Amino acid sequence: MTEKTALRHRLAERGVDRQLLLLLPALLAVLILFVYPFAYGMGLSFQPDEGGVLGAYKNFFEDAYQRDTIWTTLQLALPAAFLNVAASVPIAYRMRGRFRGKRLLTTVLVVPITLGTVLTAEGLLNFLGPTGWFNRALLNAGLVDAPLRLTNNYWGVFLSLVITGFPFAFLLILSYLSGIDPTLERAAATLGAGWWPRFHRITLPLLAPGLATTFCLTFVLAFSVFPSAILVGDPAGSTRVISIAAYHAAYEAYDYSLASAIAVVMGVVELAVVAAVLGVRSLFYTGSTGGKG
Amino acid sequence: MRRRLVASPGAWVVWGAVTFFFVMLAGVIFSVLVSSFGRRWFDTWLPESWTGQWYGQAWREFTLPAVLVVTIEVSMLVVLISVLVGVPASYVLARKKFPGRRLLYLLFLLPILMPPITYGIPLATVLYKYGFAGNMSGVVLANLVPSIPFVILTMTPFIEQVDPAIERAARMCGARTWQVFARILAPLLVPGILAASILVLVRTVGMFELTFLTAGPDSQTLVVALYYTMSAAGIRAQQSVDAMAVIYTSMMLVLLVVALRFVNPTQLVARVKEDVD
Repeated sequence: MTEKTALRHRLAERGVDRQLLLLLPALLAVLILFVYPFAYGMGLSFQPDEGGVLGAYKNFFEDAYQRDTIWTTLQLALPAAFLNVAASVPIAYRMRGRFRGKRLLTTVLVVPITLGTVLTAEGLLNFLGPTGWFNRALLNAGLVDAPLRLTNNYWGVFLSLVITGFPFAFLLILSYLSGIDPTLERAAATLGAGWWPRFHRITLPLLAPGLATTFCLTFVLAFSVFPSAILVGDPAGSTRVISIAAYHAAYEAYDYSLASAIAVVMGVVELAVVAAVLGVRSLFYTGSTGGKG
Repeated sequence: MRRRLVASPGAWVVWGAVTFFFVMLAGVIFSVLVSSFGRRWFDTWLPESWTGQWYGQAWREFTLPAVLVVTIEVSMLVVLISVLVGVPASYVLARKKFPGRRLLYLLFLLPILMPPITYGIPLATVLYKYGFAGNMSGVVLANLVPSIPFVILTMTPFIEQVDPAIERAARMCGARTWQVFARILAPLLVPGILAASILVLVRTVGMFELTFLTAGPDSQTLVVALYYTMSAAGIRAQQSVDAMAVIYTSMMLVLLVVALRFVNPTQLVARVKEDVD
C-alpha cells in the first residue's frame, strides 16, 4: 500500500495524475478517427490484389498518367501559395498601422474564406467564362480580340486558389506583422535607415517565422485542392491533381489499395514540402519578435 | 497620425492590387447573384428579364429544406461534441506539464495539417466497414477529426489567460474538479467557447471533402448538394444552381456576421493577441 501511494506521489510530481483523464476523450477520438484509419489505409496500401507488397505504389509510379498528378498538383499549389504570400507581405506591410476602414477591409477579406471552393468555382465560371463580365469588359475596352479562355483549364483553378488563399495568407501575415514591435523600426529610422533597409534588415528577419508558417498553411490549403480542380479545371487533363487521382481510385475504380497508396504519397509529398520550408526557415533568425508577438 | 494625401508609387501599386482583387471578388459574387435572378442571360451585360422562379425551383426540386435541416443538424452536433471533448483536453494541455505533452500536441496538430482527402479516404473506408458512412453519424464522425483539434488549439490560449489562482482558491474552498469546471472555468471561458464554436460551425458548414466522402443521399450538407447539382449542370438550368449557391452564400454570410460579433477577423485563420495600445 505504501509503495503504491509513493508511486502515485512520484508520478504526480512529474505531472501525471487523475486530471490527465480529461485528455482521454479527445485522445481516443483522434486515435480512433484519425490514427487508426490512417494506419488501416497504410496497411491497405501494402496489400494490393496483385503485385506484392509494393504493388500499389509500383502501379502509381509506373503509370505516367498517375505519377504526373504529383507534378500537376505541385505546379498549381506552389505558385499559388507563393503568389498569395508574396502579394500579402507588401499589402500587409502598408496596412499594419491603424486607418479608417481597416475593420471593414479585414471583414470583406474573410468573405472568400467562407464562400468555400464550390461557390467560388460557380462564380468563376460565370464571371470569367467566354461571355462573362470580365471578358466582355476586356473586349469592349479593345484589349483583346477574342475572349480569353480562363475557365476549365489551369488558370481557372489557379485563380480559385488565389481567391480563397490570398485572404487567408493576408490575414495571417497581418497578424504576424502587428506582432512585431514597431519601436524597433522607429529606432532604425532614428539612426537614419531608409524604408528598404528598415524593411529587409529589421522587419523581414522578424517576419521569417511567420512567413514560413503562412506559406506552409497556404500550401496545405492549395495542395488539397479538389472540388475546384473538377469544377473550374480540366479534371481529365491539365488539372488532374493528386486528390482527383485518389478519389477516382477509391470511388470509380474501387481499388482501395491504390487509393490508400495515393493518399499516403500525397501526405508524404505535402509533409516533405512543409519540412523543406521549415528547414530553410531555420537558417534565418530565430527568437523573440520583440514583445507582443 | 495623418497620412500624406499624395501617395507614393509603392502605395499606388499596393492599393491597385487590392482594388483588383476586390473587383474580381465582387465580379465572382455578383455574377452568381445576377444570374440567379435572370430569366435568360446569354450574350448581354445583364439578363433580358428578371424572375424569382429559380429559388422556388431550388426549394422544391432539390429538396432544399431537407438539405438545410441536415446541414444544421450535422454542424450543431459537430460543434457540441467537439466542444465537450476538446475543452477538457485543452485545459490539461494549457495547465499541466507532463511527459509526452509535446508529442500529444503534435498529434492534435496533424489532422489540421494534413489535406482532408489523405485521411478522408481511409476514414471513409473504415466508416463504411463498420456501417457508419452513408448516413449522418458518419458525416458527424468525419467532421469531428479536424474539429476537435481545432477547438483544442483555439481554446488553449483562452485557458492560459485565466488566472490559476482562482482555481486554487476554489479548490481550497473544497470544490471538486467538475465543480471547478462548471462553476469557475465555464463562466470565465464563455467568450472563448463561443468563438471556438462559431469557428467550428463555419468550418463544418463549408467543409466539402470529408462530408462528400462520407455522406449518403439523404445526409448531404448544402455544399455537397451544391457540388452534385453543379456537376450535373447539363441536366439542370445553370440559374437554379446559381440560386442554390446564393442561398448557400447568404447562409454563410449570416454565420459570418454572427461570428464577427464574437471573433476578430484575423482569429478566423489564426490566433493572435489583440494589440491593446
